[in-house]
Amino acid sequence: MERISVGDLDRIKTEVNRRKDLASNGKKAGITVHMGTCGIASGADKVWQSLFDLLKQKGESEDAYRIMHTGCVGFCGMEPIITVELRGQKPVRYRRVDPAKLEQILDKHVLGGEVEEDLVLSEEEDPFFQGQKFVVLRNRGRIDPESIDDYIAYDGYKGLQKALTRMKPEGIVEEVLRSGIRGRGGAGFPTGMKWKFCMQAKGEEKFVLCNADEGDPGAYMDRSVLESDPHSVLEGMAIAARAIGASQGYIYCRAEYPVAVETLEKAIAAAREYGLFGEDILGTGFSFNVDLYVGAGAFVCGEETALMASVEGRRGNPRPRPPFPANEGLWNKPTILNNVETLSNVPNIIREGADWYHGIGYEKSRGTKVFALTGAVKNVGLVEVPMGTPLRDIVFSIGGGIPNKRKFKALQVGGPSGGCLPEDQLDNPTDYEAITKAGAIMGSGGMIVMDETTCMVDMARFFMDFCQEESCGKCTPCREGTKQTLRILERITKGEGKPEDMDTLEELSHIIKDSALCGLGQTAPNPVLSTLRYFRHEYEAHINEKICPAHACVALVNFEVDVEKCTMCGLCHRACPVGAITWEKKQPAKIDKGVCVKCMSCIAACRFDAIS
Amino acid sequence: MPASEQTAVKVEKSLSEAFNPEQLNAADTVLVQNRGRPGALIPVLKEIQDVTGYIPLALQERIAAGLNLSLSEVYGVVTFYSFFRQEPIGRNLIKVCLGTACYVRGNKDLVENLSRDLDCKVGGTTEDRRFSIEGVRCLGCCGIAPVITVGEDVHREVRAKDMPAILEQYE
Repeated sequence: MERISVGDLDRIKTEVNRRKDLASNGKKAGITVHMGTCGIASGADKVWQSLFDLLKQKGESEDAYRIMHTGCVGFCGMEPIITVELRGQKPVRYRRVDPAKLEQILDKHVLGGEVEEDLVLSEEEDPFFQGQKFVVLRNRGRIDPESIDDYIAYDGYKGLQKALTRMKPEGIVEEVLRSGIRGRGGAGFPTGMKWKFCMQAKGEEKFVLCNADEGDPGAYMDRSVLESDPHSVLEGMAIAARAIGASQGYIYCRAEYPVAVETLEKAIAAAREYGLFGEDILGTGFSFNVDLYVGAGAFVCGEETALMASVEGRRGNPRPRPPFPANEGLWNKPTILNNVETLSNVPNIIREGADWYHGIGYEKSRGTKVFALTGAVKNVGLVEVPMGTPLRDIVFSIGGGIPNKRKFKALQVGGPSGGCLPEDQLDNPTDYEAITKAGAIMGSGGMIVMDETTCMVDMARFFMDFCQEESCGKCTPCREGTKQTLRILERITKGEGKPEDMDTLEELSHIIKDSALCGLGQTAPNPVLSTLRYFRHEYEAHINEKICPAHACVALVNFEVDVEKCTMCGLCHRACPVGAITWEKKQPAKIDKGVCVKCMSCIAACRFDAIS
Repeated sequence: MPASEQTAVKVEKSLSEAFNPEQLNAADTVLVQNRGRPGALIPVLKEIQDVTGYIPLALQERIAAGLNLSLSEVYGVVTFYSFFRQEPIGRNLIKVCLGTACYVRGNKDLVENLSRDLDCKVGGTTEDRRFSIEGVRCLGCCGIAPVITVGEDVHREVRAKDMPAILEQYE
């Protein structure tokens, strides 16, 4: 590859489109396997392998086909997914493909020309895709993440070209400000404002940092973007660098994402070869370099000052602000830190204009937001919706509601810093202010649906366990406060709660909120406060009646079968790993408590809430 | 013999017991390459752990000397980040995802059962050194929760009853 200059982007685009055109290249069909981490874990790599074996078996030359792989399509529950395109026809997606189904698809569709309707995943008809709008995920499933040319073919690096050739730094900042975009990492600070402060900061050397330390459990939007469309983030960083006058950037990516790290390394190398990073980018005289920095497993490093300490090779302890990073950040130089999703939006804003971006969204929340919709919901996957979309639409329309005939209990929004919202709060729009008012936070985009089998006290305990473990230990309210809160919650879930515990929890939560040093500590009590606010009756049941209504807290489960509710189906008997449950046809099950190891397998298996 | 030399001898001995000369040479090479580079400590620790498997105190002393840092700086970083280990691990590392989606879908029971069946705490290693169990914060595969990984393999939608068959695959 050689360095490219202004004008080459259009040439590459034309070339790629010509190369991909089936008819003019004498290709019979295009077959794409979508391979993100979820897809690979579901067997997409086996599908990929067997594709070549099957073509060979059928006497077909692989050269007669345009075969490629991409990152994920976003519908994780339907992985592995493949796309088949015949000459002159619309591409067709197939879901839950395995080697046997692949052969079926090859025979009927690729070789026979007839769509295998039973296996189709239709974006036009499947409710999962209705109401979604793809900006950040616009390239999902259509580009090979390892090919910079593919990215360029979909107008990649056009935003950077515009920023370098037709805009001044002030103009870029103004455009980002006008677009109304706010930080997608969680706090929602206006991105343009951050850039403006850093642009105005005095200093020869400045830095652009990308926060790819997606630590919130239950959130994987950024992983997907990095795996499927890494150049969108790199382009965003280069535009940011031009705006604030930086010549060096770092991506801080968590080590738990090996595929993302590998994809990023390749993307950075490819962009360097094209001269899109390095000296004199696109022949404009502007220079900017990016290096990848892999984390070492510490949640607190998602906090900006902690992240900078970590890049400097130290313990990731946050420090008080001010001074703000825009003035004194990495190595005490002016620095901006933006999250993956924020940066990935930037090229689109610059290319399409602030007005276009501002046209999407709701009140003070503009643009789209990507959510990772998981838990007890039928359609698990990545969802990108215009800001303002009601939470209910995401859970019940796009998500398809709750599986296994169970009832909705709570939606956990915003990770460990967020909160659990009950059904009557679901009409809130996805808007920073509205969600905060409801007692959660927008957060980075984790959205976990919980049904009646999840205990809300236990959930609060889970998050507090997470926060106290991940607390860096620097400030006392967080270090000691989270520990004490956890102790109380543990006591309650063991049936040893005292009536005054709820008041103590509330008081302690407010103290931590008011006095902790960084965002991690200040928001750590949110799961406790939101469950106390909306699910107080569950706390009361644990404390006063020593009952866990969800039958999730082991210490409060008796392991007795309710013969009224038992349908004599035998599911619990089959699930028991130690043979403690006796059951015969047309007889209710019986649990031998002497043998039972309280592993909860029976409770998980029972569909009728018959074991308590 | 002065006290400082005595410690030096002791350090070398326990290191040469724990690691073979190739491993130590590889570690030294990494140290030489990174001496004086700002912010090098964490990448260096990672590179060395890839070769040695774990970073005991004696090795930390060597790293501190090699990078011209104090031992407390090195120890502080090793104990802060969950990726660094001061104890050797078993032949197969089981990572149980403890993210929210996995938790909601039943990984809590899974980890408790696993720990009981293997008679090994989370963070520990079985007596025969066949398995180590680690709890990890969200692997980001929430769509296929509950997830565990053994070595490089990702296992999706794992239930307690699937575990014996999964473990059997690893010697």
